[in-house]
Amino acid sequence: MTIDLTVNGERLQTAVAETTSLIDVLRNEFGLCGTRYGCGLEQCGSCMVLLDGEPVYSCSREVGTVAGRSVMTIEGLGQPGSLHPLQQAFLDEQAGQCGYCLSGILISAKALIDRTPNPTRADIVQALDKHLCRCGAHQRILRAVERAAAAVRDGRPA
Amino acid sequence: MSAPALPTSLVENPRLDRWIRFLPDRTVRIATGKVEIGQGVVTALGQIAADELDVPFERVVVLSGDTAEGPDEMYTTSSLSIEMSGGSIRLVCAEVRAKAIDRAALRLNCSPDELEVIDGRFLQNGAESGQDYWSVAGEIDFTQAPTGANRTKPVGAYKVVGRSVPRLDLPAKVTGAAFLHDVLPQGVLHARMLRQPNPGATLASLDEAAIRRAAKGELQILRDVNFVAFVSPVESVAQGAAAAAAAHAVWTNLRHIDPAQQEAAWLKGQPSIDRTIGAPPARSTPRRPFEITVSRPYIAHASMGPSCALAEFREGHLTVWSHGQGMHPLRRNLAVVLGLPVEAITARHLHGAGCYGHNGADDAALDAALIASQLPGKLIRLQWRREEEFGFEPVGPAMLVTLHIDLDERGRPADWATEIWSATHVQRPGMGSGYLLASEALANPPPEVKPTDPPEERGGGGTRNAVPLYDVPAHRILHHLVARPPVRTSALRGLGALPNVFAIESAMDELAARAGEDPVAYRLSILSEPRARRLVEEVAERANWSTRGPAGTGKGLGLGFARYKNRAAYAAVVAAVTVQESVRVDRVWALADAGLVVNPDGARNQLEGGIVQAISWTLKEQVRFDERGIASCDWQGYPILRFSELPEIEAELVDGAGNPSLGVGECTVGPTAAAIGNAVAHALGVRVHDMPLTRDRIMAALLKT
Repeated sequence: MTIDLTVNGERLQTAVAETTSLIDVLRNEFGLCGTRYGCGLEQCGSCMVLLDGEPVYSCSREVGTVAGRSVMTIEGLGQPGSLHPLQQAFLDEQAGQCGYCLSGILISAKALIDRTPNPTRADIVQALDKHLCRCGAHQRILRAVERAAAAVRDGRPA
Repeated sequence: MSAPALPTSLVENPRLDRWIRFLPDRTVRIATGKVEIGQGVVTALGQIAADELDVPFERVVVLSGDTAEGPDEMYTTSSLSIEMSGGSIRLVCAEVRAKAIDRAALRLNCSPDELEVIDGRFLQNGAESGQDYWSVAGEIDFTQAPTGANRTKPVGAYKVVGRSVPRLDLPAKVTGAAFLHDVLPQGVLHARMLRQPNPGATLASLDEAAIRRAAKGELQILRDVNFVAFVSPVESVAQGAAAAAAAHAVWTNLRHIDPAQQEAAWLKGQPSIDRTIGAPPARSTPRRPFEITVSRPYIAHASMGPSCALAEFREGHLTVWSHGQGMHPLRRNLAVVLGLPVEAITARHLHGAGCYGHNGADDAALDAALIASQLPGKLIRLQWRREEEFGFEPVGPAMLVTLHIDLDERGRPADWATEIWSATHVQRPGMGSGYLLASEALANPPPEVKPTDPPEERGGGGTRNAVPLYDVPAHRILHHLVARPPVRTSALRGLGALPNVFAIESAMDELAARAGEDPVAYRLSILSEPRARRLVEEVAERANWSTRGPAGTGKGLGLGFARYKNRAAYAAVVAAVTVQESVRVDRVWALADAGLVVNPDGARNQLEGGIVQAISWTLKEQVRFDERGIASCDWQGYPILRFSELPEIEAELVDGAGNPSLGVGECTVGPTAAAIGNAVAHALGVRVHDMPLTRDRIMAALLKT
């Protein structure tokens, strides 16, 4: 049996077992390796993707449960040459060190600014609190999300 | 005047082409043995090369960590990359620039003095000559050894060094393409491990049939004595096998650990290798003795991504891709375990999740190499599981530090002995008692080797930063290198600097209180080093130290200061905390003096990262044991600082351009921990001596008052 889903706007199919994790399908079936495996326990946020606009942990989400639904990964957020304002703002603020946590954080930030175009610092902290960053880039990340939100409001790239 | 000694890196890599190549696409490739671990070093080294060669930064590409083509510079450690590799690259580029100008002058039949270099092109008396690096590179003998004899540029001539050039690697990291973990070509085989629970443990039986049933797919089970790996073309099958395996394996010779061994207090009285460094023992009995003991437990690297490696064994040659900190040492270590000549191995660095010292990266590389050598012609992608990462990475050793200080009549230290109990801080494979993890599981496990710690001339391990920078007439260290800790310990950011600086700076505040003086004023009265004084004074001013209130209000302000290794960057940190039942760090001010800073924003990023990590270590982190080993194997068992616990941080570098570059990556960790400790003591009116400064410890300290 095949499972249909939309990923980054594209209709895709997979024939894996329904219990296979979404992250496994994204990385190994669809070649979308930007979604990072961190813990497999919904504890670190590295694997966050948007499911119909809401951030979900793809490490534990069975692909069978997302059939017919729409997934966005970091690759769908923006690519070199067509960066999303969030990605541009992260570069402008140099908001990262190793960068392993950034895919997931960018995804949660995207969900936040879609829902709350004028997020306060507290809103951003709350949205990102399920994410861990081990290098200590937190302050830059918070600034970058503020910067991106302002850019989106003003219709600027970042 | 004799030339200064050639840097070790150049002595050990005596061919120019190990360092620099002009490529046909009009770029220049600089090679370094140091690797990117999130600290931005590749970008900074490129900046140094661009300036010394007079080429645009955009034309510089950096090859990092490659045994086939790049130099051997051992491991990326101790905040030494800018000093060591940067210093070598600077000399090589100056030399190649001079050679290229000489060749161009020959072609143009002019004097080298008539030529200048602009954007990689040679201008003759200000006019285009038609010659550039790429046109003359073929005439330069790059097999020659660098002499280091050419004069490098004066600091005032730098155009790229000193600029906050954006990190080269970050664009890929915000668009989802960047890591070793993401190399997933067609045909790759996924591998996971069943780990030998402890050295010496023997696999008595393994129910392979049960594991295959759990794995639900095509699976190979590879066994070599106590080494067990699961390999499948399907990642979830290998993962499923590994997840199920522990329940179907019976081990003998399992160790038994008393969980009390997780506390630093356990170290005292254990068999140790003892030595005394520094001043001879004080002759008289102390007249005004002061003693303080602090501790730090075992802490974890806790990288965001599990360790990973790729390996392929093809036609007798092994290629390994790793996110370890040194590819040349890895290659040598793999050769020893695999019984291969070094030349039969290539090790290449690819980026991994943040690395703060010796974590599981090298061990994963051996795992992958062992699997690949059993499956020739196949590309193996080996990844650790999360519980494996926490359970088997080498951890930062617990430390217990006691200061025995004798005061003079003015309440200043007259004699000072620092007594340290700690397991070794360096068990990198190939060094001291270090080994690659899986070698313990093979037929001939490595012999037990007496542990060693880095020598004082390399900054020490447990003794790192044990010597106070304050004016102390007599200082000595009594170092108890605890011989057999219950778990594998090795290098983690700062080594012993954090507990030692915590001890020294706690003592400073206590001694100031005894003398009835302000902690900053007290420090300045025994701190004659001008660069150190300046930082302490300025950071205190930024933090409005003069408005600091009385102790015991629940609000605290504390200061910590150190020069990393007493020879790298200086850092002074003030922390403001609120203590109710637990500690919240509200604000941090940090100032560092790192001499000439190659990339100011990159250096600030490192200061900030060190501060955040040190807050997390100081307030929250402890590796916990059960009777089998490490028991804190996920993020609930090993919590780290979260966004909601982040203080406002102001971290700045003072202008240090008149001085040489000093390594900056580890300089804030000790001062931050110390500042928090002192701020908590100020808030409570009573000191908490043992890290982490948890709610339980705060409550216990309050009950005592």
